[in-house]
Amino acid sequence: MKKSVILGAATVAGLAAGAAAAGTMDDVKARGKLNCGVTTGLVGFAAPDANGEWKGFDVAVCRAVAAAVLGDANAVEFVPTTGKTRFTALASGEVDMLARNTTWTFSRDVDLKFEFVGINYYDGQGFMVPKSLGVSSAKELDGATVCIQTGTTTELNLADFFRSNNISYEPVPIETNAEAQQQYLAGACDVYTTDASGLAATRATFENPGDHVLLPEIISKEPLGPLVRHGDNEWGDLVRWTLNALISAEELGITSANIDEMAAGTENPEINRLLGSEGTLGEMLGLDAEWAKRAIKAGGNYGEIFAQNIGEDTPIGLARGLNAQWTDGGLLYSPPFR
Amino acid sequence: MSDIGFVRTEMLPEQDPPASEVGIIGWMRHNLFDGWFNSALTLLSIYFVYKVLAALVPWILSPTWDAGSLAECREVLGALGREGHYAGACWGVINERWIQLIFGFYPAELYWRPIAAFVLLGVALAPVLFSDKVPSKLLIFTILYPFIFPWLLWGGTIWGPISVVLGFVVGWLVYSAVDKAVSNLALVYSAVDKAVSNLVGIIAGAVAALIWWLILSGYFVGAMDSIAAIGIEPVESRKFGGFMLSITIGVVAIACSLPLGIVLALGRQSDLMIVKYLSVGFIEFIRGVPLITLLFVASTLLNIFMPPGTDFDIILRVLIMVTLFASAYMAEVIRGGLAALPRGQYEGADSLGLNYWQSQRLIIMPQALKISIPGIVSTFIGVFKDTTLVSIIGLLDPLGLSNAIRADANWNGIVWELYGFIALLFFVFCFSMSRYSMYLERKLHTGHR
Repeated sequence: MKKSVILGAATVAGLAAGAAAAGTMDDVKARGKLNCGVTTGLVGFAAPDANGEWKGFDVAVCRAVAAAVLGDANAVEFVPTTGKTRFTALASGEVDMLARNTTWTFSRDVDLKFEFVGINYYDGQGFMVPKSLGVSSAKELDGATVCIQTGTTTELNLADFFRSNNISYEPVPIETNAEAQQQYLAGACDVYTTDASGLAATRATFENPGDHVLLPEIISKEPLGPLVRHGDNEWGDLVRWTLNALISAEELGITSANIDEMAAGTENPEINRLLGSEGTLGEMLGLDAEWAKRAIKAGGNYGEIFAQNIGEDTPIGLARGLNAQWTDGGLLYSPPFR
Repeated sequence: MSDIGFVRTEMLPEQDPPASEVGIIGWMRHNLFDGWFNSALTLLSIYFVYKVLAALVPWILSPTWDAGSLAECREVLGALGREGHYAGACWGVINERWIQLIFGFYPAELYWRPIAAFVLLGVALAPVLFSDKVPSKLLIFTILYPFIFPWLLWGGTIWGPISVVLGFVVGWLVYSAVDKAVSNLALVYSAVDKAVSNLVGIIAGAVAALIWWLILSGYFVGAMDSIAAIGIEPVESRKFGGFMLSITIGVVAIACSLPLGIVLALGRQSDLMIVKYLSVGFIEFIRGVPLITLLFVASTLLNIFMPPGTDFDIILRVLIMVTLFASAYMAEVIRGGLAALPRGQYEGADSLGLNYWQSQRLIIMPQALKISIPGIVSTFIGVFKDTTLVSIIGLLDPLGLSNAIRADANWNGIVWELYGFIALLFFVFCFSMSRYSMYLERKLHTGHR
């Protein structure tokens, strides 16, 4: 078997590998595959279909990066990670990047030595209540029982919110979203609180979604984005600008339908620079000129990816909200491609 | 007083027992309605069983096999006039995903390989499990099977497994050569006795095999691959999932933990101080730590300790940890069997002039293992079920997959159907193990008790 071979190789490699820490980009190119950390399953963001093919909003970021670097959106090895294993998987080099609805926080960025390259989804913690409860604001929830996932930032946010509003609540600790759905539907708690995107996805599965409302209060900021290891700036730049390319493509009106036409050259110099018919942006990244074209072609621009996976036409039905382009009143604002 | 005696001259014909004592009625009178208290309990139980079945059976009998999503299931049930949260099961999810639940992400065109591996596992186990019914020549296959099994699952060229087998051959050759040489020396100097030459041979053989595996086999495999790359398509560990993963981990852990456990149990009872305290320390350490902790060590800590870029297969790491965990428990179960043997058995073996290994092999172990069968099998079952813990470190075993399936927008909100299906398959495996252990106990019951 290869077991003994691997063990033997591990000891030898142990001596050699310390010195030979090449850039992640070279590793990925040499391997011919991008190792991308995703969740073990989150509705709309990452899930395998019946054929084992991963799909979702976060998955699309992985595919875009793979398309940019390797020219093949399917050259991705999806590594399912849990909330507990995600950071070690990235730190140890098991994955090249994480695209796993991870909130960008100070300590994760600074203390854990990661580099958040941008934000692909602005989320926030919300509340869902049955309509029959007759509540229209979270501030009316005094004395309510709340289903809350233990050991998450949502638990702390909840405590903060109720304390600052000087009202009381009774927590019902739960472990997973599936458990929360069952408990909430069985009436074990009046309120279910988690990220607003998760609430919407959960509500969509109910037999009568109309019987439940999401309260207007969003009590926390949860900017979710892909992240890479600290200290490998070439690779960080590549992931950052791939994400920016997807966002800019939407702003500039480049879609997967018209991209071939636009790549031939347009009046707009920024489009030309982005798609490689002008300038040397690809070269600066260490790639060819068409890197962004491939990334956008992989799954469409940001808006297309959003609409396909979590948008209003999907069962999850999320509105763009904060995730609209800055020109439409949202927060998506890609730095210019110049 | 009259002294008329009367003696019947012919036998009365045998009569049927009263109707209330035989047949169904008799059985029910004896077993279900034996007095007012038991009758009341019986009626109460029947009521409860009825209530449970009345709720469960309509839920299970739900014509949703072909539905493509939870919403479709609800439509189907709604058309039948069945509304509500528990109107009926949504079996469409099992129909769509059962293959994934069994094989994980293994490439579909290669499903024959895990199937072949597990069918051959049955063949390899047959001479061990049913030694009285299967020709013992099959044992040769059993010995080769540990090399075939990983090759079938992970694929690659055949030179990998062959080089591992060659390691044993090299070890054996060196052992016999050294043994012979030292024995010849003994003839000359007569200072070296048989045991020493044997020991020297074993050490030399082991060293030679290790040298082969760690250093030479890499070159051998490389060379043979370049000459003739005979093999099957390799499959990465990442593609393993579902029951295939559970069974792989379970089978390897079970197969390796029994011999390890025996060695540890003997070590713990040994008179050699270092061996004894090493065994005690190992057993107590592993038993004192939850399996989850070991799995986290395997998945995260090892990753940090190892140099970046080292590719130490995650499933291999898990296999090692689960095996170590199981063998510590196994050692204690077997030590229980050893402790149950009366001292006379040990002394009897000594009085026959058997040495340590002979007495263990011929006298002690057959009895100790027989006593420990129930404990051993429950450890096996426990290990098999514990394999579901790997979902916590991001491996997609059946439970991990159930979460991933629920993350599909079509099936979000489905809980009981998935868990029910997984529970059913686990029950089938565990129940057959338990039945086999009872068969074995009956077969080996030679009347001591």
